[in-house]
Amino acid sequence: MASMRDIKRRRTSISSTQQITKAMKLVSTVKLQKAKSHAESTTPYFNYMYNTVCSMLAKTKNIHHPYLQKREVGKKGVIVISSNRGLAGGYNSNVVKLIRDEEEITQDNSQLYCIGRKAMEGLVHRGYSVAMDESDVMEAPTYDDASRICKQLLESYAAGEISEIYLAYTHFKNTVVHEPKLLKLLPVELSEEEIAASGDSNVLMNFEPNPEEAIEMIIPKYVTSLVYGALIEAVASENGARMQAMDSATSNAEEMIENLTLSYNRARQGSITQELTEIIAGAEAIS
Amino acid sequence: MAEADNKFVVEIITPDRVFYKGEAAMIEFTTTEGEIGVYKNHVPTTVVLAPGIVTIHEGEGNKKAAVHAGFAEILNDKVTLLAEVAEWPEEIDVARAKAAEARATERIAQKADGLDVMRAELALKRALVRQNIVE
Repeated sequence: MASMRDIKRRRTSISSTQQITKAMKLVSTVKLQKAKSHAESTTPYFNYMYNTVCSMLAKTKNIHHPYLQKREVGKKGVIVISSNRGLAGGYNSNVVKLIRDEEEITQDNSQLYCIGRKAMEGLVHRGYSVAMDESDVMEAPTYDDASRICKQLLESYAAGEISEIYLAYTHFKNTVVHEPKLLKLLPVELSEEEIAASGDSNVLMNFEPNPEEAIEMIIPKYVTSLVYGALIEAVASENGARMQAMDSATSNAEEMIENLTLSYNRARQGSITQELTEIIAGAEAIS
Repeated sequence: MAEADNKFVVEIITPDRVFYKGEAAMIEFTTTEGEIGVYKNHVPTTVVLAPGIVTIHEGEGNKKAAVHAGFAEILNDKVTLLAEVAEWPEEIDVARAKAAEARATERIAQKADGLDVMRAELALKRALVRQNIVE
């Protein structure tokens, strides 16, 4: 059995770790509340943007534009959104895993646009190439940041450097459920159902100045809004994941402290009993 | 036609909030093609917004707001403005707008190499719209 002093030292160390995890949990709870309400207030814009683009495309068949057409040449650009800090459970590794498991995206045919250091490190380690690192954005993402990143991506897309744009992020379903998601941003491909769901597709839509120019203007905004939405959701997911991870770390520490306290008391009792036995034995030997 | 019949739904949505949601008899705003006014039963149209003032005629009074960049979807009984930035007059910082105006004017006048003229002009336009609406 470990000595009393060893047990005591271990218990102190665990309880100071517990204090840290407890504090981190409280911090991420507060951050989560903020991020959550932010995410909720931004949702209507993305839903409308998505619906509008769906109904727009449904009402304008046969428009030819590079944003809408498949291309074979060039690499696939993947925007990877993760966090700059660890200690968030499986949050970052799930994003890495998502990309690794996707058969369409391999080390050779893709280049990454990383926002968030952790997933970037993980993917670089596995041989993926990084074209852009905008990790600092993750501290406080704004619409301007999203718009700047998208502008750069769309330029590469227009120049033919990349043929497709994907977005990998963690979807914030609710406080406890966050799922990593991979979306295809460009070329815009909508399934028949989605188009049908947007309804009354036999209303003919007019465009000003003209359809091509309108799409030219609107699709970049659509992409930007999706990226911005993903950033906001990722921040909420990150804090949610960290809160959960720290909560279970705190309760694990508590359990360990309980067990150590028990064995410490046993060891203490054992040593007292031993001392007593020795004293009594000594006294008997003298008399 | 009854009063209630000529109203339609207007929504102005920005990335950070639902800016305005209500019913209006008429809405005026600026597009890349010029200023337009929309009544109920307009032909379905999608237009691209230019920096300008949106005026919402609610029947009794008018509401004004500055809107920069975005697009609008006009359906016969609904108009949705998806704006990147939208501001009520009381939210605008006039001093900042004036400073932005001066900066943009200077940039355009200098015509420095590598200057993004389009961007500077847009910035100038935004600054002017902000000042106009406050007045």
